[in-house]
Amino acid sequence: MRLVQGLLAAAVVFSAGIAVRPAVAAEDTIKVAYIDPFSGPFASGGDEFLKVFGYIVQKVNADGGALGRKFEVVPFDDKLQPAEALIALKNITDQNIPFVMQCTGSNVGSALVDGVSKHNARNPDNRILYLNCGALATELTNDLCDFWQFRFTGNVEMRAAARIKALPPEVKKVYLLNQDYLFGQSVQHDTKKWLEKLRPDIQIVGDELMPFGKVQDFSSYIAKIKASGAQSVITGNYNRDLNLLIKAAVDDGLNVRFDTYLAHLIGGPTAIGSAGEGRLSSVLEFHPNVPVELNKPDAEAFDNGWRANHDTDFSEVPFLTMFQMLARAIDKVGSTDPLKVALALEDMKANDLVGFPVWMRKEDHQISMPYYAAHFTKDVKYDSEKTGLGWKTDFIASAEDLTLPTTCKMKRPKS
Amino acid sequence: METLLISLLNGLVYGMLLFMLASGLTLIFSMMGVLNFAHASIYMLGAYLAFTVSEYVGFFPALIVAPILCGLIGAAIEIWGLRRAHHNGHIAELLFTFGLVFIIQRVVQMTWGMLPMAYRVPPSLDFPLFVLYGSNFPAYRGFMLVISAAMLLGTWLLLKKTRVGLIIQAALSHPQMVSALGHNVPRVFTTVFAGGCVLAGLAGVIGGNYQTTEPGMADSMGPIVFVVVVFGGLGSLAGCFVASILMGMVQTFAVVIDYSIADLLRPLGLAISGDTLLTEVLTVPVARIGALLPFVMMVTILFFRPRGLMGTRDT
Repeated sequence: MRLVQGLLAAAVVFSAGIAVRPAVAAEDTIKVAYIDPFSGPFASGGDEFLKVFGYIVQKVNADGGALGRKFEVVPFDDKLQPAEALIALKNITDQNIPFVMQCTGSNVGSALVDGVSKHNARNPDNRILYLNCGALATELTNDLCDFWQFRFTGNVEMRAAARIKALPPEVKKVYLLNQDYLFGQSVQHDTKKWLEKLRPDIQIVGDELMPFGKVQDFSSYIAKIKASGAQSVITGNYNRDLNLLIKAAVDDGLNVRFDTYLAHLIGGPTAIGSAGEGRLSSVLEFHPNVPVELNKPDAEAFDNGWRANHDTDFSEVPFLTMFQMLARAIDKVGSTDPLKVALALEDMKANDLVGFPVWMRKEDHQISMPYYAAHFTKDVKYDSEKTGLGWKTDFIASAEDLTLPTTCKMKRPKS
Repeated sequence: METLLISLLNGLVYGMLLFMLASGLTLIFSMMGVLNFAHASIYMLGAYLAFTVSEYVGFFPALIVAPILCGLIGAAIEIWGLRRAHHNGHIAELLFTFGLVFIIQRVVQMTWGMLPMAYRVPPSLDFPLFVLYGSNFPAYRGFMLVISAAMLLGTWLLLKKTRVGLIIQAALSHPQMVSALGHNVPRVFTTVFAGGCVLAGLAGVIGGNYQTTEPGMADSMGPIVFVVVVFGGLGSLAGCFVASILMGMVQTFAVVIDYSIADLLRPLGLAISGDTLLTEVLTVPVARIGALLPFVMMVTILFFRPRGLMGTRDT
């Protein structure tokens, strides 16, 4: 009997430890489902985002929520697998939750675009709106665009445009190294496209795809980069594929810039550390020094509120903008009906945390927003993940600059 | 030439790290017949423990303490877990260690979190040892070579030149006889399992800051270590050594090769063009599929020589 009690106690403790569902009174809140990986190798991202949403929703609710009701985020684990995400979607629609967010992985994103679209066609009285906060594939708001998807973050091509605009004029030779899967190939393609368009003076001295997450020793890549005479490595690599690459370069004594897309991802600054000083740059949606640089004390205070309780950076301003725009749309139409809210979101203009204008384009449901190209240095007020180094803005690509043409031909619902 | 020499050195360092991991695995396998799926997880534990211990007492004491802790964990796993599962045959043991992988992973995530640790090379070893054609060879890689060579020598001496080694080798092939001679065979098994875990832990200590200490590190090392053990021949320490170095070299050199099968066929007058079913397979450069080569090698050797390079029995 005591054994059973012990086991029960252990089970309770264990499940409390891994439960992702915050205990909030269920009634009269506006539920927003959130699909992302909370287990498996990519769980660190989902876990962190969930905390960020907690912080954001707190602010949005303190500002009045929508229709006088508070928002509640309901997480669902997809293990970064499209099939799991679709099961979660079924679960969500069964619970009549009107909104679903998803912030990691274009493979899951494209499954959700398709799944949501079909669900809404079949169930006009139980529709759902997909708020894309991080499936970055450019196609999702181009050839694959859908009325029921709104993307609140820049796609790969927008990031590529910002990345290339921010390259200093003295860079003349670049080496492209990317992971051999959908995202890496997409970065490779768009980087080349924008290099050609904006910097025809730059010579691509190396263009390579490497196995995703399989390479243990990058010293051979470093030898190749060195032999090519490149001044900068432009890479969409992240996590260990980026950390090990930069470590190998430092070990080798190779002096090149690393102009990355995702070095700022959670855990990146910790893993790279001082190895990145003076050579690492990234394109970010936001970083803690932006309010300092632009002299926005309110935004700085908001960021400090996060830093007080967390070791990580708050860089998810688009998530905040998304909730604020959603709240405004709901208030405007006076209901959470997905169709009405979708129509209200179209062409909506807003200001982000530091006051830059952003808008949701009706044509393809892609947000236009600014990006910050920043380098990793000791010379900052706020460091990143307690490493002593942080991001310092070199260049701001404005929302106008990053409003790119789309091939989207959207099918709009009749009613 | 310079790329060759640098790649050779780097391949050697990586190969030796693989060997530290694989030698423990092959020892355990040849002794107990258990293919320990959780071996790479112990490697990960070694790195995390080393990080935590080095926070308090510095890197060099951690180099001793963390592997010992891993050895104790290994002994506990053997005594309270594997030994019970052993009665139910090899499949039960296999599944037991398979389950352990996930449990250890989750425990590590819950203890240390999901993010990479700031486990860095100690400052006293953080300098270039020598410069080769304008490329630095870091002192830490030299240190890794020394440690792994010392471990190789130590293991070899222990197994071949001491009484303990004699009993271990005897228990490997004739456990009943050794038992009848009055030796405690289960204890020998525990010792071997713990010893294997010590080696994995040691590999974790020096591999954790050479690479990154993060919850995914077991997943990234696990498969390649199995390939080494199978390729080298199950139960052969020498084969394991050759296979480790070979895999280290293959993976390092593959990156430098920008040729594809199509380039090989071209001098023969066979030009590959257009969009046929095989275009992708034939034109992909070796560098892009380098990580796949060890697995190709494993499949090939299983086909032609099932016992592996120097193995004494069939897989």
